[in-house]
This record gives sequence, C-alpha cells and structure tokens, in this order.
Amino acid sequence: MKSALLRGVLMAAAMVAAVATTTSSALADNERFVFVSHAPDSDSWWNVIKNALKNAEHDEGVKVEYRNPPTGDIADMARIIQQATASNPNGIVTTIADFDVLQSAIQGAVAKGIPVITVNSGTAEQSKELGALMHIGQPEYDAGKGAGERAKKAGVTHFLCVNHYITNPASVQRCQGYADGLGVKLGDQMVDSGIDPTGIYNKVKAFLASHPDTDGIITLGPNSADPTIKYLRDTGSRSKFKSVISFDLDGDISKAIKDGTMDAAIDQQPYLQGYLPIVFLTQYVRYGVMPANNVNTGPGFVTKDNIALVEKLAGEYR
Amino acid sequence: MAGQTDPGTAATPIVDVVDERLSRQSWYQRLMRRPDSGALAGAILVLLFFVFTAGDTGMFASDGILSWMTVTAQLMIIGVGAALLMIGGEFDLSVGSMIGFTGMMIAIPTIYFHVPVGLSVILAFVVAMAIGALNGYIIVRTRLPSFIVTLASLYILRGLTIALSIIFTNRTIVSGLKEYSDNSFVASLFSAKLFPGFFQWLADNGIINKLPNGAPAVAGIPMLIVWAFVIAVIGHIVLTRTRIGNWIFASGGDADAARNVGVPVSAVKISLFMVTAFCATVFAACQVFEFGSAAADRGLLKEFEAIIAAVIGGCLLTGGYGSVIGACLGALIFGVVQQGILFTGAPSDWFQVFLGAMLLIAVLFNSSIRRRVTGER
Repeated sequence: MKSALLRGVLMAAAMVAAVATTTSSALADNERFVFVSHAPDSDSWWNVIKNALKNAEHDEGVKVEYRNPPTGDIADMARIIQQATASNPNGIVTTIADFDVLQSAIQGAVAKGIPVITVNSGTAEQSKELGALMHIGQPEYDAGKGAGERAKKAGVTHFLCVNHYITNPASVQRCQGYADGLGVKLGDQMVDSGIDPTGIYNKVKAFLASHPDTDGIITLGPNSADPTIKYLRDTGSRSKFKSVISFDLDGDISKAIKDGTMDAAIDQQPYLQGYLPIVFLTQYVRYGVMPANNVNTGPGFVTKDNIALVEKLAGEYR
Repeated sequence: MAGQTDPGTAATPIVDVVDERLSRQSWYQRLMRRPDSGALAGAILVLLFFVFTAGDTGMFASDGILSWMTVTAQLMIIGVGAALLMIGGEFDLSVGSMIGFTGMMIAIPTIYFHVPVGLSVILAFVVAMAIGALNGYIIVRTRLPSFIVTLASLYILRGLTIALSIIFTNRTIVSGLKEYSDNSFVASLFSAKLFPGFFQWLADNGIINKLPNGAPAVAGIPMLIVWAFVIAVIGHIVLTRTRIGNWIFASGGDADAARNVGVPVSAVKISLFMVTAFCATVFAACQVFEFGSAAADRGLLKEFEAIIAAVIGGCLLTGGYGSVIGACLGALIFGVVQQGILFTGAPSDWFQVFLGAMLLIAVLFNSSIRRRVTGER
C-alpha cells in the first residue's frame, strides 16, 4: 500500500519531468530570449504583448520565454532577471518598472555580456544608464505633444488636462507636452482630479464653469476619461469643444470615439513593445546589426477611421 | 623484529573497516529516525530532477546557484519563524504584510525625516515585535484561532502600510535609500557581500564562471544567506537543545496539559509571534537595503510560502511536531523548484501549475518516506 503511493509519486515526478523537458528541448537549437515584465498574473493589458511574442517567436524562428512576478512584486522581478541572466539566454528584454530595484539585476545581465533591450516603463535615459542597447516605448512628453499638435490643428486655444495620477512625474510630462504642442503655457490648465469617478466628474464640471473659454480637453487614461465622457454626454456640451482626446483605450473610450464624443485616443501600441525587441535582438545576435536610436511605439492615434479594426483586435493584438 | 610489525600493519586496516561499517550504520539509523528525513529525501529528489531536466542551462553554474540560494535563503528566514510557531500550535498569516510594513518603517524615517539608518532599523524591529506581541496577546486572551486574528492583522498592516506611506510621502514606492545607507554599518549588516577576494580567486582559477570583464559571476556571499543560516542554527538549537524547545513542543502538542505541568504556554506563544515578526523584519531589511527602496506591495503572499516551507519540512498543521532543519529543507525545495522551473524554460502560463504539482509531489514523497521510517499508519 505504502510502496504503491511511493511508486505513484515517483511516476508523477517522471511525468512532470517529461512534460518539462519536451517543452524545453523542442527548440533547443535556436536563439533563446527572455522577456521579463512587471505585471502581475491578473493584468490583462499584457496579453497583447504575450501574443506579439508568440508571433515574433514564430516569424523569427526563435524561442521566447515570457516571465513575470505572479503578484507583481518588483523585488521578485529582480530575482527573475537574475535567474534569467544565470540561464545564459541570447538576450533579455525587460521593463524598467522601478529603476532603483532593478538597477543591479539589469546591470548584472549587461556585465555578463547579454544583450538587453528595455521596453514599456522607464525612460530612454534610464535605459542608457543601465547599459541597454535601446529603449522601446512611448515617451510621455512626445505623446502629449502629438496630442497637442492635433488639438492645435483643430483650433484649440485654451485646454483642460484631467490628471488622475499627478504624483507620478510621467503624468505631468503628458500635460506639459500637450501644452507645448499647442504652443501655450500649462499654467493652471492641469487639474489634479484624484481617482474617484464622482470627484473627477465634479472637478471637470467646476473647471469648465470657471473657465468658459476652454475649447480642448485631454484626459490621461480611462480613469479620468470615463467620468469626463459622462459629463460631456450629461450636459450635451460636446459641440463646445474643438478637440477631446484621451490616453489609452477602454470600452467607454472606444464607444465615445464611435459616437463622436471623443476625437481620438492615444495608443502606445503594446504589440510593438513585444514584437520589435525580439526582432531586433534576433538580428543583433545573428548579424550584429542594431538601430542606433530608440523606438517610440507611441503615440499612435485611434480615431473614427480605424476604430473598427482596433475594436476587432482589442485585447489580442491592439 | 619483522614479525611483530607485520601483524600491526596488517591489523590496522581490518580495525578501520570494522569501525567504518559500524559508524555508517549508526549514522544511517540516526538520520532515518529524524522528523526531517522525508524533507531531506524530497530535497534530493527535486535536485536530481533538475540536474536531469535543467543540468546544462546554467542552473548549476555559480550565478545560477546563487539565484536559487537567494530565494531559498529569503524563504528560510521566514520559514524558520513559521515552523517554530507552527510547532507551538499557531499560525501567523501577517508575515507578508509585516514585510511591506517594516520595509516602509525603515525607509520613510530615513529618507523623509533624516533619522540615522541604524535607528530606523532598531525602530522597525521594536515596532514589529510589539505588533507580534499584540497578535499573540489577543490570541492568548481571547482564545480565538490564530488563523482568524492574524488574517485580520494581514489586512490591517497592509492597509496601514498604504495609508501611512501616502500620508508621509504621498507615494507607495519610496526609493532613494542608497545614498543614506551606503556608508552605514547597519545597512551593510543586511546587504554586504562577504569574501569578495575569495570569489575573485575562485574565478581566477576557473572554479566558478567569470564575467567578460574578469570579475567573478558571483561577487560574494550576500548577508541574506548568512542571516538565513544564523536564524536556522539558533532556531534549531533552541528547539532541540533547550528547555524552551520542549515548552514549544508541549504548547503545540496539548496546551492544557502543558499548562498543568507548569509550562508558561501564554508566554511561549506570545514570544513565538514576536519571533515571526522578527524574522519578517530581517527579511524586509535585507530587501530594502539590497534594492534601496521600499514599496507598499512588498511581501504579498509570502506568509503562505513560509507555511508551505514549514509543511514540506514535515511540520504538522495541528502543532506539536516538526523541525527547523525540515523547514530549511522545505525552503530549499521551494526555492529550487521555483527558480528551476524557469531554468527548464517551461511556459510561464503554466508556471504556477508546475509549482503546485511539484510541491504536492514533494510533500507526498516526504510524508510517505516519513511513514515508512517512523512506522506511522
């Protein structure tokens, strides 16, 4: 009886071993890359990047391992980068979720001679300081500026920037970029809205009441966009504004783009943040070629013209 | 005379062989009577498993070994505390939240109020152990299950960590500790790397792998691993060689009977909660000084990892049985499995499935070994 249990346990171990080895040896001859993200298992935004990695794996004929800390703990992420470094891959792609925490782990990979590309979070400067080959992501200031330039074309003169995460310096860069793209001073046109939908709704209402000449709105994400959309619908005041733009996409924003409540959403095109680093690293390992500049995957703009395609692919490739 | 020396030289090997056989037998029997023999077998099983499935992936190069030893050491620190408490018949689910809380306790005073690093660390230890004592006191006084009380502290501490860091700093990731801790003796107690010269020598002689620039792949032994071993050794000695160890077994086995023979059960339990809080603070200090920052979400789910390590190591959920060495081996099994899966290149979507399956196999394996050895049904 007891020996039967022991035999069963050993059989199970052998089965797990068989599964683990088949998955690892199937592509043993090709280049192997490790992509490390900071997202917890529950974060669905990264699914697009996972699909991009699968496509890149298939197109380039390489093996890509996606790794993330299951609970989103950045300290665990540093351990994963150290582990990836020890496994001697042909290249590592990682986000700079927290410069301080990941610094020594990423520099350790670079010191071991492993090519590293940073994506998504972090800045080009941080990437350079860590010794990475390039940074692929959306520079916040430039994305804001792109939106500001669109607004200028539409004839906007005074704007409101609804900022729901003002403690993060990247958010202020978005508003500053918008102001510069428009060619006006930021001044008091950025509002610290907080993240409570009712609070955001009333702050937008109060600002627009006290600044009647406002004719452009930029919101920094679904959190600040959804209550703003509701306000525009409730008051029927959409026609007063020459341009309403938001960062990122969600169901409400795409509906608003379709019915004209919003003009555009700024899309950082996560697909490219998964696909491009693998392409670049593969060519670098095979032929030693690497572009000399960083890649800006955003701002890409989603408007009425391309919303149908985006909606069809939402959550999968967009 | 030649005849007298000959038997002497001829006799010594025979005596040696006899001695060797005797000592090996008794060593084997001693080993197999231990409560942690199953965990040892499990650890050997998983190590063998990865030697076969990931032997050529760099998992057993020096930096690969450091990668799973680091995870093991982290878990050992809190696993030993969890094991002692579990043998004493209680649980502490607030360990993970305590890690986040004490990390902030070290970082915020240092960065925002310019309190000397050493003082912040001492403060963090004092506050953590006071909270541990409070947990224990509530459990002893109310007779509520510790599972419930510490579940409440899990939420309260995590919430306090978020709320207080917002009040004092307006952010949930506090970074920039490096400049304060760079020349601090206390910080180096938790984050220094020992014997760099020795590792350089190992690398120069080709015993461990090197970086392209000639530095060794492993710069030294991190203090984290030293702390893990110190805590494990002290825990083991206290549990097996002192009166307090007997009190712990007695309190967990049958608290009422223990009280009747004069064991200070309440004091033992309250002290054990202080021990788990102490271990969580050591964990947090090592992490904060290594990375130079604290965050409100650090240590999520670590309490379960600590309990898993203790259980794989042969501690019973009902208390009164287990060992510190077992918990260390349990931590080793968990660390090797967790990092080893990554080395085999298994797809990440399946990571947690593999982890759970391997842990279940390890527990089944070591409990079957233990039954075989101790003759339990």
